[in-house]
Amino acid sequence: MNLTLKIWRQPDAASAGSMHTYTLEGVSEDMSFLEMLDLLNEQLVTSGEEPVAFDSDCREGICGMCSLMINGQAHGPEVTTTCQLHMRSFKDGDTITIEPWRAATFPVVKDLVVDRGAFDRIIQNGGFISANTGSAPEANSVPAPRDKAQRAFNVATCIGCGACVAACPNGSASLFLGAKVTHLGELPQGQPERYTRVASMVAQHDAEGFGGCTNIGECASACPKEIPLDVISQLNKDLRHAMRTGH
Amino acid sequence: MASTLDLSGLHPTNEAPVQKSDDAAGYYVLGDKLVDPKAPTGPIATRWTNRKFDNRLVNPANRRKLSVIIVGTGLAGGAAAATLGEAGYNVKSFCYQDSPRRAHSIAAQGGINAAKNYKEDGDSVYRLFYDTVKGGDYRSRESNVYRLAEVSANIIDQCVAQGVPFAREYGGLLDNRSFGGVQVSRTFYARGQTGQQLLLGAYQAMERQVAAGTVEQFTRHEMLELIVVDGKARGIIARNMVTGELETHLADVVVLATGGYGNVFFLSTNAMGSNVTATWRAHRKGAYMANPCYTQIHPTCIPVTGEHQSKLTLMSESLRNDGRVWVPRRAEDCEKDPRDIPEEDRDYFLERIYPSFGNLVPRDIASRQAKYMCDEGRGVGPAVKEVGLDGEEKWVRRGVYLDLTDAIKRLGKEAVEEKYDNLLDMYERITGENPYEVPMRIYPAVHYVMGGLWVGYDLQTNIDGLFCSGEANFSDHGANRLGASALMQGLADGYFVLPNTIRDYLADGPFEKIDGSHPAVQEALSSVRERIDKLMSINGTRSVDSIHKELGKIMWEYCGMERTEDGLKKAIGLIRELKKEFWTNVKVLGSAESLNQDLEKAGRVADFIELGELMCIDALNRRESCGGHFRAESQTEDGEALRHDDEFAYVAAWEWGGEDGSPVLHKEDLIYTAIEMKQRSYK
Repeated sequence: MNLTLKIWRQPDAASAGSMHTYTLEGVSEDMSFLEMLDLLNEQLVTSGEEPVAFDSDCREGICGMCSLMINGQAHGPEVTTTCQLHMRSFKDGDTITIEPWRAATFPVVKDLVVDRGAFDRIIQNGGFISANTGSAPEANSVPAPRDKAQRAFNVATCIGCGACVAACPNGSASLFLGAKVTHLGELPQGQPERYTRVASMVAQHDAEGFGGCTNIGECASACPKEIPLDVISQLNKDLRHAMRTGH
Repeated sequence: MASTLDLSGLHPTNEAPVQKSDDAAGYYVLGDKLVDPKAPTGPIATRWTNRKFDNRLVNPANRRKLSVIIVGTGLAGGAAAATLGEAGYNVKSFCYQDSPRRAHSIAAQGGINAAKNYKEDGDSVYRLFYDTVKGGDYRSRESNVYRLAEVSANIIDQCVAQGVPFAREYGGLLDNRSFGGVQVSRTFYARGQTGQQLLLGAYQAMERQVAAGTVEQFTRHEMLELIVVDGKARGIIARNMVTGELETHLADVVVLATGGYGNVFFLSTNAMGSNVTATWRAHRKGAYMANPCYTQIHPTCIPVTGEHQSKLTLMSESLRNDGRVWVPRRAEDCEKDPRDIPEEDRDYFLERIYPSFGNLVPRDIASRQAKYMCDEGRGVGPAVKEVGLDGEEKWVRRGVYLDLTDAIKRLGKEAVEEKYDNLLDMYERITGENPYEVPMRIYPAVHYVMGGLWVGYDLQTNIDGLFCSGEANFSDHGANRLGASALMQGLADGYFVLPNTIRDYLADGPFEKIDGSHPAVQEALSSVRERIDKLMSINGTRSVDSIHKELGKIMWEYCGMERTEDGLKKAIGLIRELKKEFWTNVKVLGSAESLNQDLEKAGRVADFIELGELMCIDALNRRESCGGHFRAESQTEDGEALRHDDEFAYVAAWEWGGEDGSPVLHKEDLIYTAIEMKQRSYK
């Protein structure tokens, strides 16, 4: 198939960027979206134009490195990561607009590459269970109810890609926060720090400049791992308890 | 097995090998024998305990005066950074990704082994040790493997304490499943995303130390050179990938936890950025590269669809628990819809050839049999064009079925979904076919490398102060790694081994202070700068990717699942030509002073080319078949791998021979005391 691509190009964080239009021929429907961009870059190198910078690493939907707003949607039209999106979701003659994540908290580094360091800093502020190596008790000494363990797992599948922030009109990271707070808060091991964790992570979230949640739900529909919206209820519930109890 | 064996550690069960063949004559220089100076002695079960006690301690007050650089933030690197940070050392952690959480350990699917014996099915530390040595086709070091099995149980405890959400039974206790190459259930798992959950555990532990101020993290940084001062590793040159700035980082110890080099084949299940540069730079500075030809080709990957393919995707080996692997009995049925092929016209070839292990034979065996079925013309899926050694073109179907129909009938669709849901979704997304209805098509792909930097029992390379852990070293998996053992090794090294061995090295501190003006630092910095300038200035006609793809095709064809003397010699010639082509005709656009993904790739491909040549030389020298290394010249009558312990029961540790010189081979004999070498049988 043949495509018209409108792509955000920006030399570096300090420079202004703009949309550029390219035409691309010979795209196969078996290609992943990123392989389509590889093909474009191969063509650009041949013609002497610098290739488009974009992030990707595992290309199997788990590392969270890839991003991209595709036709205004985080990770494009399917519920998956950009690397797992295949060109069979598009048709010959389509025009596709490709932009970096939209969020002031994820500043553009170059072209389609953004800086998501804010997520690491949120995790640094309580997104863990304090258990020094060597101090762990026998693994089966503390049973975890299966339903709680399953809920913990389901939300622990968050890949930290940032689609929730990019999709949110407020630029909120509440889904990311809620996923981690729920994952650790559902497990017996996570109880001792449960309320200090939520207070500290939310404080860092706000300090980074992420917006507040107004229950729009774009985040959950953009999430490639289908983290459910109810983690934000859990987040608010735990935060309310933390505030009441002076954490 | 164990009960009849003398475990005193005093009596070798095999003799030192004497090599008679010399296929690689002219391609290498024979060096001195290599002996691990830190090899432990005594009964195997006491070796690690004794070593931990013998290793010297560092007073907590002195730890903060000592510094450690760790390159790589996967399980081996992230776990070590967290643990050394907790202990109070000054740790600097580096990764090329935008966050430590993205290291490729995250993609491991199936599980992690541990000798917990929760199923009371006869598992033990000794059995895990035995299975791992046997699975590695008797080419690993027994002391290291025993230690791995010994600490495996602690890993599970540690991960559960961190909040890793392993699968659980209804009573709330941990669940296990079985995996290839073994007959017990010892694999702990978190659906098909075990690596992700373990990595997030290590990442969170490491971020906690970042907050505590003991670990400083450098993301989007790529190590481009090792700094060696007076024979000791003292730092690295790293390129800030955002600004292009070359930074000097100095420390008392350097750890390389930089993963495997499977991307030398271009197509592999590795991440796009996975590379050999850190270990190859160390190799060029004197660190030995051990068994580089030992490559694991994983049997259950999604087949290639065309030239555009940028990477291959694994379908977890755990699917072989419930899936049955087959091809049509007759070549003329290969184009049929598989659902229309009746039971009697199907060949469940693994169950037929290996009745006792069936679909759960080790990876190397399953892969080779799938290849043979396709070579015979009984493969399925679209035919792809192949060019043989003689230049002849042929069209071959490269795929076999992995069929879940029986499992769905037996367990119900819901139970299968719960076990493998995300994997099956992924399959459908990539292929456009629904695996609940149509049998999946799979084919082997490069997945893991058992080779890596040579390390002693303490995980130190032959360069003082340079340690290497996880997939990047060679030590634990011999010639073939069993499923669910990579996660075990990464975390064993990171949480439990390195912290206990590095302290012995650091006990010699404080070390002489050096700064950026030291001649060795300046030399490293200018060599990196010259190399980048050279890459930017060639301005030829070929993209980096096109050269990388060409290298990959050479490696896959001649140094892949089956290797021959002629093929390997041909490959070495082709790689040497490709190296010239690269350094005279590659095209890297843009500037070195900003984010430049082509420049990053160019540096990695340059190193892959040199590594590829060494892999072929290593494969050429080893005229035996063992694990993932299959030499067509060395097989039994019925086509199984045939080892030659009398000639090759050694670790091949290669020393860099200089830009125009030949590599130097140092042999470390493998002498077993707690286990006897046997021909593997899974029949």
